[in-house]
Amino acid sequence: MKILVPIKRVVDYNVRVRVKSDGSGVETEGVKMSINPFDEIALEEALRIKEAGKAEEVIVCSIGSKDCQQQLRTGLAMGADRALHVLTDDEVQPLAAARALLKLVEKEDPKIVFLGKQAIDDDCNQTGQMLAALWQRPQATFASKVDLDGEIATVTREVDAGLETLEVDLPAVLTSDLRLNEPRFVKLPDIMKAKRKPLEEIALAELGVDAGPALETTAFEPPPKRAGGRMLESVQELVDELKNKGLL
Amino acid sequence: MHSLDPLDLYSIADELTDEERMIRESVARFVDQKALPIIAECFDEGRFPTELIPEIADLGLLGSSLEGYGCAGLNGVSYGLICQELERGDSGLRSFVSVQSSLCMYPIHAFGSEEQKETWLPKMAAGEVIGCFGLTEPHGGSDPANMKTHARRDGEDWILNGAKMWITNGTLAQIAIVWARTEDGIQGFIVETDSRGFEARDIKAKMSLRASVTSELYFDNVRVPESNRLPKVKGLKGPLSCLNQARYGITWGPIGAAQACLDETLRYTADRELFKRPLAANQAVQLRLADMARRITAAQLISLRLGRLKDAGRMHPTQVSLAKWNNVRMALDIARECRDLLGGSGITLEYVPIRHMLNLESVITYEGTETIHQLVVGRELTGLNAF
Ligand SMILES: Cc1cc2nc3c(=O)[nH]c(=O)nc-3n(C[C@H](O)[C@H](O)[C@H](O)COP(=O)(O)OP(=O)(O)OC[C@H]3O[C@@H](n4cnc5c(N)ncnc54)[C@H](O)[C@@H]3O)c2cc1C
Ligand SMILES: Cc1cc2nc3c(=O)[nH]c(=O)nc-3n(C[C@H](O)[C@H](O)[C@H](O)COP(=O)(O)OP(=O)(O)OC[C@H]3O[C@@H](n4cnc5c(N)ncnc54)[C@H](O)[C@@H]3O)c2cc1C
Repeated sequence: MKILVPIKRVVDYNVRVRVKSDGSGVETEGVKMSINPFDEIALEEALRIKEAGKAEEVIVCSIGSKDCQQQLRTGLAMGADRALHVLTDDEVQPLAAARALLKLVEKEDPKIVFLGKQAIDDDCNQTGQMLAALWQRPQATFASKVDLDGEIATVTREVDAGLETLEVDLPAVLTSDLRLNEPRFVKLPDIMKAKRKPLEEIALAELGVDAGPALETTAFEPPPKRAGGRMLESVQELVDELKNKGLL
Repeated sequence: MHSLDPLDLYSIADELTDEERMIRESVARFVDQKALPIIAECFDEGRFPTELIPEIADLGLLGSSLEGYGCAGLNGVSYGLICQELERGDSGLRSFVSVQSSLCMYPIHAFGSEEQKETWLPKMAAGEVIGCFGLTEPHGGSDPANMKTHARRDGEDWILNGAKMWITNGTLAQIAIVWARTEDGIQGFIVETDSRGFEARDIKAKMSLRASVTSELYFDNVRVPESNRLPKVKGLKGPLSCLNQARYGITWGPIGAAQACLDETLRYTADRELFKRPLAANQAVQLRLADMARRITAAQLISLRLGRLKDAGRMHPTQVSLAKWNNVRMALDIARECRDLLGGSGITLEYVPIRHMLNLESVITYEGTETIHQLVVGRELTGLNAF
């Protein structure tokens, strides 16, 4: 059984994101980039499934510029067996990503495609669902626990009302939630070994996928500065204030 | 114009290979998630976090630049980056790894017999055997040639007598690399710490490097088998070559400590409002912050260049001396400045500068005091020995 784990290169979660001065996007130059944290959790889960003897191969893939190979190498150092890089310098929106992933699925025939539930840069939360629709296979999103038994995955999801448990037939699309696991630290000897693992490059155009944007971004702006607080003298004043604002 | 990383104004990160960058990120993450949450408490309690040893070993940080025997075989720059990230956490953590890697595993690797290497190195890489390094003696560390600890032959064995002082990991260790005077000059011995006549005692009431174990070692007729003598080196160049490895790493470590202090102080002075403006909006504050960034940048460039020289096999000990002197001084001064800029908050362990400041008082003393390194550079320039 193969597991395909798509990983996205995003601005590291520790970086305070800045909008470019011309408003054309978010500053990424000279900024630390990482694997999208949810994707890393998905990869960790795939590796644990493999280590438990329930999968033979974990393949990481990424769609984007040459720089994505840094994140693919990190994925290989974590323990993935090989990497696929779909090369494009264009912006890749969820639908285009799902279409490209479908091509990789057709090529590799995985039993599970394990994605992050969303990417922390655009927070779209769409790619996994779109891929499931295009592939016409079941999906179990926001997984906080995954059990595999033969051709069935039992997936626990955190929903507003509590925990929901789904059973899906494989092949299927799974997406990871934050509490699924805590990803491992990358061991230094494995970083050196990752250099020798296979990384295959495929041009997006070669897959016959049109990255042409479905959505157009018109402007970026930073959130407004928070106005300073105001000290009130008494509880009564606070209650009045809240009533005035229609909050009570 | 894009904005710069305040802790890396010259984008040194771009000069690293992908592997070097991944190594740094992996160690940084370990430090953020495992060390920083507990280290101030360890410092306060005066204990080394032994609970981190298995993870430190598992990451591959012990003996990381050695080839074979379960070691990672990384280059010098990678070892430097490991030191930098560990010391961003605490000098005690970095000291632990420096001692185990450069002062204990390195001499076994470089000067040991095949049997010694196979006996000790894999266990040391796995963190199952901890080492300490005994060179300094109570009567004066700066003059190791005047060594009193001695070993004499007794049949197939050696009998060791003397004392060592200020020994990192002393009471944690299963083996001590002990340098002793013999009829054939100074030689190194692997002394198993459960040997009869060996005693280690912790030095108490330290105000520096509190999250690290520092001990005194006593040898009272300790019997050491010939098979535990390091066969491939005689003379002071044995211990000095170990120190050269460790000092190289120490040039990187304080960069991390200084970055941690500046990082916290940048945030503190931006958020704190005095006289109706952020503290950081004052010229007097900005001049100090700018000067810190300047000094960190210079130290980064020195260490990176030194690392590339080391990896090309061209590193000169005088270059290590200049870098150790410059970079530790840089970090100590920055930690003190940051402590001051934090006002009253700066005297507590809630904030990092005072901990780094106190730690760096050890770092400026051990592995050759600042003065000794200055005199090494002086000797290089003048050809005159002024020790
Ligand atoms: C926390 C800690 C951990 C340590 N860990 C280890 C360890 O693991 N193994 C080990 O072997 N050692 C270790 N050391 C010892 C360390 O290397 C010594 O402290 C150091 O070499 C200085 O020796 P000393 O303390 O005897 O000072 P001294 O040599 O007595 O020096 C005192 C002062 O005199 C100055 N001085 C010396 N000679 C001259 C001169 N000719 N001209 C002008 N000034 C001079 C020095 O710069 C210093 O300021 C450690 C020390 C500390 C503090
Ligand atoms: C151990 C201890 C005991 C104390 N005991 C008492 C006590 O008994 N009673 C009491 O009332 N107080 C006490 N204090 C408080 C002490 O007086 C304050 O810590 C001190 O006034 C500094 O204030 P702060 O800590 O808020 O620092 P801040 O005022 O926030 O100053 C932070 C830094 O900014 C610098 N700075 C401030 N303004 C400017 C400017 N305009 N331009 C350039 N730099 C600037 C300061 O020099 C300092 O380096 C005590 C403090 C300590 C540490």
